[in-house]
Amino acid sequence: MSTMTETGRTTLKGRMTALARAELTLLGRSRATLVTAVLVPLLLPLSVRSATDQMDLEGAGLSVGTVMLPAAVGFSLLFAVYAALTNIYVVRREELVLKRLRTGELRDPEILVGAALPAVGIGFTQCVLLAVGCTVLLDLGAPPAPHLAVLGVLLGIVLCVALAAVTASFSRTAESAQVTSLPVMFVSLLGSGVTVPLEVLPDRVASVCELLPLSPVITLVRGGWTGDLTAYEALGAVVTALAWTVLAVFAVRRWFRWEPRR
Amino acid sequence: MNRNGHEDVIEVTDLRRVYGGGFEAVRGITFSVRQGELFALLGTNGAGKTSTVELLEGLAPASGGRVRILGHDPYTERAAVRPRIGVMLQEGGFPAELTVAETVRMWAGCTSGARPVGEALEIVGLGRRSGVRVKQLSGGEKRRLDLALALLGRPEVLFLDEPTTGLDAEGRQDTWALVRGLRDQGTTVLLTTHYLEEAEGLADRLAILHEGRVATTGTPAEVTASQPSRISFELPDGYFLGDLPPLGELGVTGHDVEGRTVVLRTDELQRAATAVLQWAERARVELRRLEVRSASLEEAFLRIARETAARAGTKAGTGAGTRAGTDVEAPAGTRGRKDGVSA
Repeated sequence: MSTMTETGRTTLKGRMTALARAELTLLGRSRATLVTAVLVPLLLPLSVRSATDQMDLEGAGLSVGTVMLPAAVGFSLLFAVYAALTNIYVVRREELVLKRLRTGELRDPEILVGAALPAVGIGFTQCVLLAVGCTVLLDLGAPPAPHLAVLGVLLGIVLCVALAAVTASFSRTAESAQVTSLPVMFVSLLGSGVTVPLEVLPDRVASVCELLPLSPVITLVRGGWTGDLTAYEALGAVVTALAWTVLAVFAVRRWFRWEPRR
Repeated sequence: MNRNGHEDVIEVTDLRRVYGGGFEAVRGITFSVRQGELFALLGTNGAGKTSTVELLEGLAPASGGRVRILGHDPYTERAAVRPRIGVMLQEGGFPAELTVAETVRMWAGCTSGARPVGEALEIVGLGRRSGVRVKQLSGGEKRRLDLALALLGRPEVLFLDEPTTGLDAEGRQDTWALVRGLRDQGTTVLLTTHYLEEAEGLADRLAILHEGRVATTGTPAEVTASQPSRISFELPDGYFLGDLPPLGELGVTGHDVEGRTVVLRTDELQRAATAVLQWAERARVELRRLEVRSASLEEAFLRIARETAARAGTKAGTGAGTRAGTDVEAPAGTRGRKDGVSA
């Protein structure tokens, strides 16, 4: 209301702000979503800490910090953005909120993006906090290529929003969304370098894993702190992430359901 | 397109809607609604009312035919149409954990020229419920919240899909008064309902949909004018239909018998009713459950259902037709005892 004049047409910013504000209010009232989105990503990196003891990090040119920091970013993207949003999209569809919103002035992409903004905000804030925290606590030092890390996080957020909408397309209820989101979660946690760095995997496995959706994101973030990504490698990661995003957006346009099946 | 100097705000031409499974819900509907007119779409469940309205609202593309709202295609020119229309779906969706005021505030941010939140809630009588979570509202209150959002942007065209379903009698009256007031101020209203008295009392014109087609259309007076009035009563014990004076002489044009209940149809209600009552007086019998009713929209509505049922029946002839018709029409309370002699 505050973003528009009394009689004027609504603006893109005004519409998105109104929707995002409502979603933020709802997020604050949903304990389950808060735990998933806020607590889990902050606690999970600790579990990686003990696992790093069993890895040959120095042989791969890594340190505890350059393993834990990308892991923390990955957890944050997967839990605060991907899992939380999948649930939100499905619940809003089942409540017929999406259908009702579509009768108004919001355009379809605005509904999906506007509803995603609070989760995106939380995810981004977490990434920043975790990066600062890891840098300070684990004596990482200033990143030699911060632009790669920022690019990685931004690509990761966009990709996770799109993947959440895709997953919601194939989930009937909030309960089934917990199952349908598992493949992306598992594949990303195990194969994208979140819990196990691709650098310590056999070369052949690693080269396949590099093509997974979240792998380029983790690669870019890690590269921001190791500083040993070549321009060619960085470009490859960006292209891979963009390709997945385009694919996901296509899938959303093709399969996203705005109202429950009857 | 002008008629009597009024612009057609809603134009629907040979509209079709086929669902993914091949089900044809809307099979060639044509009608138009002039500016400031209140148009009602009536129909049994599954007649295609909601399927039609969703196309007018621009929620889905038409499978065939043409829709124009304020001169625009509501689906492909959504941005041009949406700021000028208000929509109330048959089943509104609001996040359960938002309060009433938060819900309206969110919508106001997405609605051009939105009324202040308080005003919108006062209009529908929810002013005192503004701090309550949506999940705690009654069914009727949720309908009124939905209506508040439909009215939020002072729309030129209002689509109301069963706006009073779930409301109590008082809430229904309030909504009718509100809708009438909006119409009087020039708002064009398209309303679907299955309450016939709602359409009869509110609509300037109406269409009765049946199986995806317009079965009949016109003003309520025009639609009911073609219908016979009816007299119904329970035959006294020991009497049969043949004991009445010849029905043709009473001005009766048709009749049904179900158990002991007799329904007579006539275009000359006073003459037929007088003759029936005089007969009862002479025979010194009491006609239980006596009802004498002028032609009504209900009769028109039921005739359409009856004709379809007759067409669907395998047996040819009037017997099958009237029996099927009686099943549809006799309200449970007036249905005769089954132990009587069947006609």
